[in-house]
Amino acid sequence: MGEGAFLEGYVIPTAIIVAQIVAVMIPILLGVAYLTYAERKVIGAIQLRQGPMTVGPFGLLQPIADALKLLTKETILPAGSNRIVFLMAPMLTFILAIIAWAVIPFDEGWVISDINVGILYLFAISSLGVYGVIMAGWASNSKYPFLGALRSAAQMVSYEVSIGFVMVTVLLCVGSLNLTDIVMAQQTIWFAVPLLPMFVIFFISVLAETNRAPFDLPEGESELVAGFMVEYSSMSFALFFLGEYANMILMSGIATVLFLGGWLPPVDIAPFNWIPGPIWFGLKVAFLLFVFLWVRATFPRYRYDQLMRLGWKVFLPFSLLWVVLTAGVLVAFDWVPA
Amino acid sequence: MAFLDRTARSFLLWELVSGMALTLKYFFKPKYTINYPHEKGPISSRFRGEHALRRYPNGEERCIACKLCEAICPAQAITIEAEPREDGSRRTTRYDIDMTKCIYCGLCQEACPVDAIVEGPNFEFAAETREELFYNKDKLLANGDRWEAEIQANLTREAAYR
Amino acid sequence: MVIQALAFYLFAGITVASAVMVVSSRNPVHSVLFLILAFFNSAGLFVLLGAEFLAMILVIVYVGAVAVLFLFVVMMLDVNVAQLRQGFLQYLPIGMLVGIVLLMELALIGGAWVLTPEIEAALGQPIPPVTEVTNTEALGQVIYTHYVYLFQAAGLILLVAMIGAIVLTLRTREGVKRQSISKQNAKQRSEAVTVVKVPTGEGM
Repeated sequence: MGEGAFLEGYVIPTAIIVAQIVAVMIPILLGVAYLTYAERKVIGAIQLRQGPMTVGPFGLLQPIADALKLLTKETILPAGSNRIVFLMAPMLTFILAIIAWAVIPFDEGWVISDINVGILYLFAISSLGVYGVIMAGWASNSKYPFLGALRSAAQMVSYEVSIGFVMVTVLLCVGSLNLTDIVMAQQTIWFAVPLLPMFVIFFISVLAETNRAPFDLPEGESELVAGFMVEYSSMSFALFFLGEYANMILMSGIATVLFLGGWLPPVDIAPFNWIPGPIWFGLKVAFLLFVFLWVRATFPRYRYDQLMRLGWKVFLPFSLLWVVLTAGVLVAFDWVPA
Repeated sequence: MAFLDRTARSFLLWELVSGMALTLKYFFKPKYTINYPHEKGPISSRFRGEHALRRYPNGEERCIACKLCEAICPAQAITIEAEPREDGSRRTTRYDIDMTKCIYCGLCQEACPVDAIVEGPNFEFAAETREELFYNKDKLLANGDRWEAEIQANLTREAAYR
Repeated sequence: MVIQALAFYLFAGITVASAVMVVSSRNPVHSVLFLILAFFNSAGLFVLLGAEFLAMILVIVYVGAVAVLFLFVVMMLDVNVAQLRQGFLQYLPIGMLVGIVLLMELALIGGAWVLTPEIEAALGQPIPPVTEVTNTEALGQVIYTHYVYLFQAAGLILLVAMIGAIVLTLRTREGVKRQSISKQNAKQRSEAVTVVKVPTGEGM
């Protein structure tokens, strides 16, 4: 093999992929930073406060100040902890939140890896998210983290089931597991309209999956201090924090692709289709993130048995019923996609 | 009918939606927060803040070392030593307030027959060490000179009620 | 091709190594974590084979659900490894004997393996080339046409097992107060409270 062939065969593709990864990761990390800011601002506004105002104009530099503060703090390894697992947990959480972006399409063809089981990949990655929490809780060797980990394990597994059925409903309407195909199938109408109940169930399950209020029992401040994150400090805590918010953005991205037509404009007429697709995608994700924060500012935390009841006795039968119903309608009207 | 109504409400998530509508309404309301170091809230003319020793307009200090404030202070934060001055008038040689003991009850200014010790409107006197909070006579007189205008205005406003 | 080969040996090596660690690790939680690593790397091997659907299902079902429950149970049980290891050497000869017998049997089966012509025909027949359909479609076509009865039977067995587990563990205890949410929601103000005008000094 000549040197030129090696360069063309291996070096250049690798460089292109690395550039693509960087191009996706930087906006996401910025988004995560400013999501923390947005959260404080939105919840502040709903509680008639102003939120951060001091660091920079309108407090816009607050995320940077927070990051610097976290970085300069001391990393504490509890004496009784299992060190390797303890340090692996936050890394795993963060990595999982980031690698899922490999298959999310931002526009037609704007995707790092357009694999034909994209939606399964996303489902697999999101179902792995629970390990970071369990490992953190177990390795901390302390009561509150352990309780938080147990709660989160049960919670995330329960809600994954209904998320799975919701995805199946969408897949029935598309006939493909590829995310680009899923978006292109929504050109006539977004799936949020015909499958509205599924969209609502998906969104609520996503709240439980990302441990967000009102399902934030694994880190419920009032009873578990900070849940599985109690023993973490400094950068390891920051990785959990980043992972949680990156997961929120990721889940909003998935919801956008599945139900809100990805990069497609709401209606394909003049003023709307001038705006490029990635901006539509970003706007939709931002709207869903706003709903995340809005929900957090509105509802009190669920009681644990009610959480389980909602997952298993309400969402699971309902989404199962809807899968059967959708399949039935598709077959009856001969709308099954090829 | 009530059953249908209830079922419809629960399946349409009526209570959740109305709750979210309420919070959205508050999202757009004007905020109550005061941007503290840049904006400050109003302070009552009876506000009991940092202590000050006042002077008469001719520059003579008001305090006559009667020690009523020292006697009444429930936290025993005030220490006074007194001697006759050269011109024969009774004055303090030492007037210390331990601001870390003080509970800001305002009994000293109530007790003072000549309105010498007062609690002014200043509440921003945080210090980095304890020692800076052990006020002596010079510090208190300096406070009095600094806040005289505000203290005078407050005393005039409250005169009718005293 | 070089990269594929490298990736194969990487995944295969890690799978075998972590499988060994599952058995030899002292801490049961570590065992489960290594088991997860083994699952994950087998999924990688499936991807290398071009069976990405199977790979994803392996991760979703085994890593995402089954292993979580394993981990859950292992974490809750306070397993004392030293105690478990006590009789290890004592049982070693019997264990090795069983192992050797199993190995011999496996070797015999492998040596005498004969495929009936029908199965050979079935194996060759239904799977279309990967270039034409995605492997999800190919799998679906095979499972829901050729093997539909077997597939449904497997599903039924799982259903029976699930119902059995529920029947075995579900017990209704007497005298336990339970919350009935629909009853609570159905409650009207008129059923719960009455407003009474009480004349002064007379009481109810």
